[in-house]
Amino acid sequence: MTTESKPALRLSGIVKTFPGVRALDGVSFDVRPGEVHALLGENGAGKSTLMKVLAGIHQPNEGAIFIEEEKVVMRNPLDAKAKGVVLIHQELSLAEELSAAENIYLGELPRKSFGRVDWATLYDRAGGILKRLNCSFGPKTIVGDLSIANKQMVEIARALTVDAKAVIFDEPTASLTDAEKVVLFDVIRDLTARGVGIVYISHRMDEIFTLSDRISVLRDGAHRGTLITKETDEDEVTKLMIGRSLDLTRNIVAGELGPVAIEVQGLSCGKLYRDVGFEVRAGEVLGFYGLVGAGRTEIAETLFGLRAPSAGEIRVDGQAVTIRSPGDAIRLGISLVPESRKEQGLILGMSCKDNMTLPQVGDLTAGPFVSDGAEIAIFDQYRDKLAIKTPGWRQAVGNLSGGNQQKIVIGKWLSMQPKVLIVDEPTRGIDVGSKSEIHALIRDLAKQGYAVIVISSEMPEVLSVSDRIAAMYHGQLMRIFTAAEVSEDSLVQAISGIGAGKVA
Amino acid sequence: MAALTWSNITQVLAKQGILIAFALFMFGFALANARFLDIDNVLGVVRSSAILGVMALGVTFVVISGNLDLSVGSMMSFSTIVVLDLHDKIGPALAIPAMFALTLCLGALIGFLVGYLRLNSLIVTLGMLSAIHGLTLTWSGGKNMDIADKQGTWFGIFGQDEMLGVPVPILVFVLLAVVLSVLLARTPFGRKVYAVGGNGTAATFSGIPRARIVFCTYLISAFCVACAGLLQASRSLGSQNTVGQGLELEVLAAVILGGASLLGGSGTVFKTVIGVLILGFIQNGLLLVGLEFYVQYVVTWVIIILAVWLDVAAKRGRLWSPIA
Repeated sequence: MTTESKPALRLSGIVKTFPGVRALDGVSFDVRPGEVHALLGENGAGKSTLMKVLAGIHQPNEGAIFIEEEKVVMRNPLDAKAKGVVLIHQELSLAEELSAAENIYLGELPRKSFGRVDWATLYDRAGGILKRLNCSFGPKTIVGDLSIANKQMVEIARALTVDAKAVIFDEPTASLTDAEKVVLFDVIRDLTARGVGIVYISHRMDEIFTLSDRISVLRDGAHRGTLITKETDEDEVTKLMIGRSLDLTRNIVAGELGPVAIEVQGLSCGKLYRDVGFEVRAGEVLGFYGLVGAGRTEIAETLFGLRAPSAGEIRVDGQAVTIRSPGDAIRLGISLVPESRKEQGLILGMSCKDNMTLPQVGDLTAGPFVSDGAEIAIFDQYRDKLAIKTPGWRQAVGNLSGGNQQKIVIGKWLSMQPKVLIVDEPTRGIDVGSKSEIHALIRDLAKQGYAVIVISSEMPEVLSVSDRIAAMYHGQLMRIFTAAEVSEDSLVQAISGIGAGKVA
Repeated sequence: MAALTWSNITQVLAKQGILIAFALFMFGFALANARFLDIDNVLGVVRSSAILGVMALGVTFVVISGNLDLSVGSMMSFSTIVVLDLHDKIGPALAIPAMFALTLCLGALIGFLVGYLRLNSLIVTLGMLSAIHGLTLTWSGGKNMDIADKQGTWFGIFGQDEMLGVPVPILVFVLLAVVLSVLLARTPFGRKVYAVGGNGTAATFSGIPRARIVFCTYLISAFCVACAGLLQASRSLGSQNTVGQGLELEVLAAVILGGASLLGGSGTVFKTVIGVLILGFIQNGLLLVGLEFYVQYVVTWVIIILAVWLDVAAKRGRLWSPIA
């Protein structure tokens, strides 16, 4: 073997157990210098644990890690970094109040005598790294003022302060716009051109096929196989991941449409969105597509009483209504499955049952007391209906997988038997298997006569669930497409403001 | 039967740690001094803990909803002084409801500031600690407050009498503990308190009126303080302006010892009662084994730190961890 062909990073038979769980069961794979190695698996398959082992946060029970064929032990994240393995977190871990340069060299700021920081050297070095990444901002910029994409660049810049052999990206595109993704991919390709090995973890098939050289699949903590990207396709990968194949194509059978359930006219909210008008009928799914920040979530929040409109009218069942609080919205039959499951949807330390019945706990009473029986009946009903996998209603919801957590949130709002169900980013951070289940569920709900509004940043998702699609750009509703009219091109144009007439 | 491994032990500790610690303390002190578990001594400890305990019951609600209340000590002084002063001016039958009303007004003010204006509870109640102290001194003119005719009033029944052989303060403590425990554990309101403390944003997104719930927890806290003030005034029929000084920390210590998380969302009334009793028995035990009174302040602090450490260690599954 020549020096060049040595793997940058190699794992051999890694086993990691937690009480009652074998999280990793003999995982072996390697990353060559200059290669993008995608790591795929459903939530709970062991990806996060594997990353934590690589970054020195967990110590494996068995197996070994090799860097350039030299056996290493990662004692902690700093140690891992010193040995050349850097993790770019899904949830960024930057000090918001400090400058980009300080963040890049956090913990290892260059020093002068008496421990003073050598600012000139710091800004010089950090500026050099940012330039290598083609960043548009300087090293003195305060991180809190940067966009998420640029914050990610700061994280990546951190990785470049050492001679990184391998960089691990965990769902790096989760909150990026399409344009920002392109920049990120360029940076990743630049890293590989310098001989860095990349481990790329993502749920998004299109990205993995664009970017990776090889794909390794984890399922239930075990390594199910490594495929060469050029020689495989999405079907094969999906089958490996979930042990069956999936149909993600658009197969919408328009149901019976009922009366208009909710109607909005001239709705505005300051600078967030302007003059928005639409209606949703019972039995219909209206999709909202647009870039992050286009005003979609803010419209949903207005309909749910979380954000007061500055102008316009909302009608529910033909009646003009004022919605001042989520309580008002709930009474009018409007439910919102929010964008962020962990921050807005669930109380992670509470049981599955308590989470599901929370909006109506005041009504599930016997005398002045909460009725366990009534609560459990509701929980059982929706657990069965949504096929939620949980050891029992006492289980803290934080212990469930992402897909099952999302189903708890959906169950929570379905059990309110709303007329209008708003679902914001229904499958964010959810594995492929649960994703298609949730899509089928949304279609099924429309069939049962719910008026459904789905907000999504993923085009395949809006296309596969919506009867009509509203395209938003910079707070304006550009156009509502019917199923017959819509095409990927026209959607992309509408949400990029092409042909917008007026410029925001 | 599960194997006895470190992780199993930490799981048991996480759930039952406080009871185990309680049993160990009792056992240790009982070995050190035979009088410790004497029924008179036990009743004495519970009785002397009752006022602190009543206050801790209310603060439990505040802490579970994710806030702090550092004003309870100062507020208790206020209640005590006010009820003693009004006793001689308008008679005990009117003084008691008037004192409750005034104390609840203070609670409502805090609840408004923390709940509706969403100001930081640490700052608000720390400020109130000082402001209420000033209010109390203004009311009393800085003098000690005494009931003029201590022989001729029935006002002493709350602090001094017994019913069915049990001192009234203990009865009040037990009764309040039972009622508040049911309110917290069994009613929709209690569930909402946990929800607001567990994740306030998610509670709002579930249609729970977060501000109103927080407001109510401070009303409950103020109500408990008023009860404590009544017991205190009735016991001694006279008081200094600083009678409750420092109690806010002991109250908080009892609530944390009971296992309520300062981040909110966890804890129970029963556990707080255990926390109160542990504090009481530790202080009593230290005296019985012959240590100076002042030592208890240091020992109490050490025990709280140990309790908090074991709590987080149990949650992390190890004694020390670089990440949360």
